[in-house]
Amino acid sequence: MRVVVDFDLCESNAVCMGIAPEIFEVRDDDFLYILDENPSESLRAKLEESVQRCPKQAISIAED
Amino acid sequence: MTSTAVVVGASLAGTNAARTLRLEGHEGEIIVLDPDLRAQYDRPPLSKEFLAGNLDPERIMLQAAKEDLGLDVRLGTRATALDLIERRLSTQHLDGTLEFLHYDCLVIATGASARRLPDTAGVAGVHVVRTVDDSLSLRADLEAGPRRVVVIGAGFIGGEVAATCRGRGLEVTLVEAMPVPLERALGAAMGEVCARVHIDHGVDVRLGTGVERLETTHADGHERVVGVHLTDGTFVEADVVVVGIGVTVNTGWLEGSGLTLDDGIVCDDTLLAAPGVVAAGDIARYHSRRFDRSFRIEHWEHAIAGGEAAARRLLAEQRGEAPTVFDPVPWFWSDQYDRKIQLSGRPEATDIARVVHGSVDEFRFVTMYGREGRLVGVLGMNRPRHVIQLRGLIEEGASFDDACARAESM
Repeated sequence: MRVVVDFDLCESNAVCMGIAPEIFEVRDDDFLYILDENPSESLRAKLEESVQRCPKQAISIAED
Repeated sequence: MTSTAVVVGASLAGTNAARTLRLEGHEGEIIVLDPDLRAQYDRPPLSKEFLAGNLDPERIMLQAAKEDLGLDVRLGTRATALDLIERRLSTQHLDGTLEFLHYDCLVIATGASARRLPDTAGVAGVHVVRTVDDSLSLRADLEAGPRRVVVIGAGFIGGEVAATCRGRGLEVTLVEAMPVPLERALGAAMGEVCARVHIDHGVDVRLGTGVERLETTHADGHERVVGVHLTDGTFVEADVVVVGIGVTVNTGWLEGSGLTLDDGIVCDDTLLAAPGVVAAGDIARYHSRRFDRSFRIEHWEHAIAGGEAAARRLLAEQRGEAPTVFDPVPWFWSDQYDRKIQLSGRPEATDIARVVHGSVDEFRFVTMYGREGRLVGVLGMNRPRHVIQLRGLIEEGASFDDACARAESM
């Protein structure tokens, strides 16, 4: 699975970082960085929670 | 044996409850009711980007409503009474149809309604912001280019509406009855900082004054607002008035049902309100063990977490499993101008508030709240990473001093 972030929508609320710090990081410049674009299956639950809890609906999962 | 689940309320909490019921194993019917024909939409944009721009309502559909989960969503249908003994709801459709609805398990997520000023129903130019229709109606009035907008109530909704109006280039007066805005939520010192953000953006901020009455005019058979008389004796001309003075919970239909009502539905600490009945979202009152307080939380994220937890509570009951205590650390955000205010935890006005990072003068800082030696809140302005990371310390029950030291080293 692949992490897709719509950076036009993202407002760096950092909720995803709280749920899945292995995948997401908001840095001191207040921008979101994807640390692991192709996370292992073991992180699926955290990634799905990040999708649901993103206040901007900016995160999706691509299966490829 | 399959059972019928009914979810009353198709906003954030109800929709997430229905989704969780389906995804986590409820096999029977799931019926979702809501009187709002435009449900299931997301509310945070209604005072911000939806109000600021020209987005279609379809663009703010709830994330949890985008999957095909085989739900029976009945919009335009209101629950009017609850019979706990018979496990039966009375419902009324907008077209007048009355119907009984049997349930085996019930989620109540009827939320809250915006409080209005008395005797202002039907007065053109006077708005609240709670529903898509509210926001569309206000948007239309803002697009007409009013000479001045008066926002009554400098809470988070009022602050966001004021910011959005300034973003549209409109003159804004922000009226707050308390001497400092947001004092109950953030304490006086931080509330004062939030007031300064508005003043810096050219808002005419009036603190410590209430509304005496609205001035209206009659034209073409319509009554329309033209200004606001304040209790300090001043008068502010206004073509548009936005009222953001909080909400009242939608529990009227539950009077006499046997559920315990006290500014919300009183639940146990697993969100159970009665056998087979749970509540979630703005309407649910429960005891937080973590904060040793009775909570009724109106935050967006709490509605998701509560909806999920309420659904799991019903599933646990059906399966004879031990229920899980619901006690997450509250979190919310508010975007105003180019500032992002975020709060983890649940501070009170009497807590110690210590700025541990950044500068309040630059409106970029982190403030920690302590009570009885324990960390109970983290406020950030344009410091999202810090707020999220420090939230974990509240979850851990960290001491205030340790948490401040940790924050200062970040």
